Amino acid sequence: MSKIVKTATGLLCGVVFMYGLYIITHGHLTPGGGFAGGVLVAGSFILLILAYGSDVLMLRKEETESSVTESSAILIVLILAVIGMFAGGAAFMNNYFQFGEVGELISAGVIPLYNIFIGMEVASALLTIFLAFVIYKKEVLK
Amino acid sequence: MAYILCFILFLVGLYGVLTKRNLIKIVIGFSIMEFSVFLFLVMIGYIDGAQAPILIEGMKNTEFVDPLPQAMVLTAIVIGLATTAMLLAIAIRIYKKYGTFDITKINNLRG
Amino acid sequence: MDNLVILFVIVPLGSAFLIPIIGKFIPHFQKALSLLALLFLCTLILNYLFTGNSQCIIYKVAGWEAVENVPIGIYLVLDGLSAFLLLIINSIGFLVVFYSFSYMRKYTAENYFYTLLCLMIAGMNGVVLTGDLFNLYVFLEIAVIASYALVAFGIEKDELEASFKYQVLGGIASLLILLGISLLYWQTKTLNMADISHVISTQADSKTTLFIQIILITGFGIKGAMIPFHAWLPDAHSSAPSPISSMLSGVLIKAIGIYAIIRLFYNMFAITYEIALIITVIGTLSMVIGGLLAIGQWDLKRLLAYSSISQMGYVVIGIGMGMLILISNGDKMVASMAVAGGLFHLINHAVFKGLLFLNAGAIEYATGTRDLKQMGGLAKDMPVTSSTSMSASMAISGIPPFNGFFSKLLIIIAAIKGQYYLLAALAVLVSIITLAYFLKFQRYAFFNKTKYTGSALVKEVPFTMAFSMIVMGVLCLVLSLLIFPGIREIILSPAVEVLMETTEYSSKIIGL
Repeated sequence: MSKIVKTATGLLCGVVFMYGLYIITHGHLTPGGGFAGGVLVAGSFILLILAYGSDVLMLRKEETESSVTESSAILIVLILAVIGMFAGGAAFMNNYFQFGEVGELISAGVIPLYNIFIGMEVASALLTIFLAFVIYKKEVLK
Repeated sequence: MAYILCFILFLVGLYGVLTKRNLIKIVIGFSIMEFSVFLFLVMIGYIDGAQAPILIEGMKNTEFVDPLPQAMVLTAIVIGLATTAMLLAIAIRIYKKYGTFDITKINNLRG
Repeated sequence: MDNLVILFVIVPLGSAFLIPIIGKFIPHFQKALSLLALLFLCTLILNYLFTGNSQCIIYKVAGWEAVENVPIGIYLVLDGLSAFLLLIINSIGFLVVFYSFSYMRKYTAENYFYTLLCLMIAGMNGVVLTGDLFNLYVFLEIAVIASYALVAFGIEKDELEASFKYQVLGGIASLLILLGISLLYWQTKTLNMADISHVISTQADSKTTLFIQIILITGFGIKGAMIPFHAWLPDAHSSAPSPISSMLSGVLIKAIGIYAIIRLFYNMFAITYEIALIITVIGTLSMVIGGLLAIGQWDLKRLLAYSSISQMGYVVIGIGMGMLILISNGDKMVASMAVAGGLFHLINHAVFKGLLFLNAGAIEYATGTRDLKQMGGLAKDMPVTSSTSMSASMAISGIPPFNGFFSKLLIIIAAIKGQYYLLAALAVLVSIITLAYFLKFQRYAFFNKTKYTGSALVKEVPFTMAFSMIVMGVLCLVLSLLIFPGIREIILSPAVEVLMETTEYSSKIIGL
């Protein structure tokens, strides 16, 4: 890629990443949440890979890691939901934390936690899909 | 009226799926169909002049649009993403094996 | 038990995501975990059936209670019909996992195979448990997306093509279902099935309801491969790895196609004459045309796939006839007999068609071919495969004392008592056709004089594969006990009772 693209990406991707994090952490207060934020976070990584390129070995390593992150994140969400069966109202997906003040960043009980891990899951899932396509193109279709 | 436009969009997508020969164009047609349904879902919940369903301080208007279709459409988009990724993955694998995207040339199975 | 209902979804889902993380480090972890998970679920559902006295369990996810009798959270409902389907899904799943131990050795990426299988089972368990329409759609998509990937698992030309075809048709079906659900939400402003049923009964707009019903029948008809919509099934079911074919044909089309049709059109919508007629006609078409198409097939797995369409036709006829009799104020006993026949054939079909696909897999494993013309004289070399497939073939063609005989008999008797003589005649005729093409299978595969001439040395399959086949072969015989009083009350009758309640179901769920 040309120097213009690389410089612009370098400037942009940090902003995109931070915006993604903002959307994830404010999921219970504003529109958006785990999925929307996760897509943005994945987008910032994808931008970097597209602009700077990478060799296949690196990409493979990254794919393995993001795939493990994805599975662990969804497992953590599942565990958070299962804890609800033993705490508070004793029901699956029960909201067992203090609710706090409406409109505060730390409020709404367990929902921000769900948002964070779902954001992780979505970001790594999208990255895995993207990397799988890129690796396939580089290795097999050559 | 807007509902009929959704239906037309659905038919446009269906036309693409049924008549196009290129695998990627079929996937595109499929996505168009998908989004027409999502559009319909979002419009179901719309109420004229109502607010987004978020609690903020100093609210005057207490009428909200229906939040449930919005939650549904988000879930459906996630599912749509998985389906599209799956379709594309299979499509490029087919390209590797057959060397073409043309479905008239991809006919190992019949009947 | 009340709190344990959710485990039917959590356990397979959790195992699905544990396998890719831990499976890399510990050999055979994936097999052990998926086997244990399914064994646990089997014991759970058997425990419910034998001690639960068939009470209906309603589980409110996240503890959201109803406000003024309007449900606001997601409900999971475990009643007779759900328990019946859960028993089929988890027990067949267990046997299939056991069978896969040896069969899947020739494939790479075993971890992903078990992950996808667990995901599919989680999805199907969710579909049969949920009492919420949109939730049904989500679980259905989990199950079918896993099945798309599993069909293409071999990544050869045929598999990929079949999977693409399956995905496009399945995707259109999913969109139609989603459209139907959103229209239903538009009309009733609720998603809980029981609540929808309650609201719809108070509204007079029957034209919109009919439109929605037709969209839903088309969508679930494609998923269940009823005849005008069957194009994907022979390709997909014959291209998948054999344990998966067995899972798809034996369980998936029932859990997401037939079950959804039964549940929605008996318990949610009030039965109307048009819909009952459409369902019966679709069933008849499937039964006759599927049978006729199966005769001409020389690919073993394609023959079995077409036969699946035909046998599912019997189930749908039983269900549709029950609706027809109920709506025309016929004898309720006859209606329940037709429904019982349909459901009984459903569990029987799961067992014998599952077994037949496993047999096909065993033959492919030993000889490397699926073409009937290239086989022959395998009976001596593969005694277990031969005898179990004999048992399954006799069961599917309705020869006493195997289970298929009793279920077909129930459907035919109900048809005669309900004065649908044409249906009864067709059912008998198709049963003879079934016998014809299974005799063809038996003769060409096992008893032909011309010996198999391939390169591979033919010998009996390994223990795990043989074990699953023997268990299912014995089940073909044992399940015929299900019809006798005393045993009937445990499994079959509760499921039939749920359907006979029709829309009373809703008042039971939301407690009106």
